[in-house]
Amino acid sequence: MANPSVARPPRQPRFSGLGWRRARWGYVFIAPWLIGFAAFTAIPMIATLAFSFTNINLAQAQPLAFVGLKNYEKLINDQQVWDSLVITLKFAALALPIAVILPLLVALLLHSRHLYGSSAFRVLFFLPYVVPFVAAVFIWGGMLNPSTGWINLALQAVGVENPPAWLEDPSWVYPGLALIGVWGIGAGMIVYLAGLKGIPTDLYEAARIDGAGAWASLRHITIPMLTPVIFFTMVLSVVEVMQYFLVPLVLQDGTGEPGGSTMFYNLYLYKNFFTFQNMSYGATLAWLLFAITLAITLVLFGTARRWVYYAGEAR
Amino acid sequence: MTALSIPRRGILRRRGRAAEGSRPPRQRGDSGRSFLITLIAVLILAAFLSPMLRSLAYSVKSLDQITQAHSPLYPADPVMFSFGGEDLPIMNVPMPDGSTRQLALLEPLRRQSTFVDPAAPDAAPIVWEGSWRTLEPVWQFAPHFENFAAVWDLIDYPRLLFNTVFIAVVSTIGTLVSCTLVAYGFARFRFPGRGLLFTLLIATIFLPAAVTIIPTYTVFQRIGWVGTWLPLLVPAFFANAYDVFLMRQYFMTIPTEMDEAAAIDGAGPFRTLISVLIPQAWPVIVAVAVFHLVYSWNDFFGPLLYTAGRPEIQTVALGLQRFNGIYYREPGYIQAGTLMTLVIPVIAFLLTQRFFTRGIVITGVDK
Repeated sequence: MANPSVARPPRQPRFSGLGWRRARWGYVFIAPWLIGFAAFTAIPMIATLAFSFTNINLAQAQPLAFVGLKNYEKLINDQQVWDSLVITLKFAALALPIAVILPLLVALLLHSRHLYGSSAFRVLFFLPYVVPFVAAVFIWGGMLNPSTGWINLALQAVGVENPPAWLEDPSWVYPGLALIGVWGIGAGMIVYLAGLKGIPTDLYEAARIDGAGAWASLRHITIPMLTPVIFFTMVLSVVEVMQYFLVPLVLQDGTGEPGGSTMFYNLYLYKNFFTFQNMSYGATLAWLLFAITLAITLVLFGTARRWVYYAGEAR
Repeated sequence: MTALSIPRRGILRRRGRAAEGSRPPRQRGDSGRSFLITLIAVLILAAFLSPMLRSLAYSVKSLDQITQAHSPLYPADPVMFSFGGEDLPIMNVPMPDGSTRQLALLEPLRRQSTFVDPAAPDAAPIVWEGSWRTLEPVWQFAPHFENFAAVWDLIDYPRLLFNTVFIAVVSTIGTLVSCTLVAYGFARFRFPGRGLLFTLLIATIFLPAAVTIIPTYTVFQRIGWVGTWLPLLVPAFFANAYDVFLMRQYFMTIPTEMDEAAAIDGAGPFRTLISVLIPQAWPVIVAVAVFHLVYSWNDFFGPLLYTAGRPEIQTVALGLQRFNGIYYREPGYIQAGTLMTLVIPVIAFLLTQRFFTRGIVITGVDK
């Protein structure tokens, strides 16, 4: 994280008279965010925690009461919570590698000096990223239609006799959803491309003089130099995939079909707080989700020092 | 378009120039390989965008065609032949001698059917042995643009469009004003706790929305804001991490000498922001504006929570979902509606794609 770190003169009071006046202006200017942060982030976070110890429920007007750990007891005994968690992790195992690696592969292709018209390709590969999410879901819903979708028509054309039913088959629904996710590679690809352009060419020249081929250059220069970008993409993708639920919500109207296979954790959470208006149980689910996401993120940060290479920390 | 694409100073440009240098020049004798790699890229791109092409084709297909198995991938109508005051469908008929003739179906029967040759309608009808149902009709390219007109009315598109544009414009104004102020505060003033607050700001990017949404929704519900646009508009006026970060990074590249000169001339901090920084920062202002317009246009979760059950205040994205719930048996309508939803953000992106992608680079790489 690049901190402004203006060089401070040592042993001098940091905020003398004029300094304080400027400092006050600083607070004035960031005030909109400070207020917003308090109102829409900090206080709601604490309130979410507080909600989880109450029986707050918008659907029925029961007297508000402190219920201790009752919601957590319910959570532990709620089979759907654990099923949904498994569903989310299963999907993450499939979707995460795609979200991290696919944009890198496309970026490598677009960065190739042999490619004609690379900026046109960049725009077109990015394009689906700005397609509204609902539109993308309906476009892909048609594409993955078992009988009229082009994917199955293509599979039949190359001789696959019983192509999968994709979103209608519990064992094919995750690959189907992962395919829909492929349209989201745009931002990752742009960031990887910028990372690739930032790698000094003399590294490659030195490697070539040392007799390194294309594969060795990729393995020993490109990938290590890109690890900060890979890491960033990975962390954002983890946070995103743990909250995944809007696509199945739109596709199957939040029913979890086929066969409960798309009752993702966040979908279950959403149903609890929005459909059933059960705020207290929703809040309990939300804190578990937050704790799991935070734990995974912290583990990732813990491993980062072993494999993420920051070139001298300087930029 | 051209005016937009020449950012005069700052990282948007500087990065661009550095980028040119790192791509090694193409060498002689590489053209064969270039052709191959470009071909591979074209094929991958074609597969990548093919869902859009299918949507485009379906949006102009008639329901008759969609419900017919083995109809062509492109929009088409069966070719008809007018005979004796009747429109007869023309079929591809395999003849006993192995050839195929295009004949108009005059009398469809189970075991044998009679056909008329459109080339010689006055000749005796041709009797063909076999089930006419196994025959493939002859199709001709015929786009049905009336799907769009139908959806326009059915979905009440003008109303959805107005709602979406209104929300997008107001929340973009809020975002621009608040993020400019906050970014200016972080970029140009030193104050105790600045580093910590900035880290906190960035950390909110990684915060799952689930952990804040429930109390927020509850409060909005209690104060009667659910079912109005206020929850979609008001928070925009309190800045967001992405856009503040983007603007702050840009402000930091603008030299402080001019700020200081303005201060010596007696300009206060507000004056300096408006007359020194903002005129130099318009590329990033455009980037944030487009980002937010597209974000707001595409937002689904916010309108889903706060406009549920009130079709008259919903956005295009929500309207499309509601529409799908009613007309899911008419894929032509659904895909036409889908294209009507995506066309504006896609055009906005294409017109400003330089700013758009540079903005993503800054938020993505610098962190």
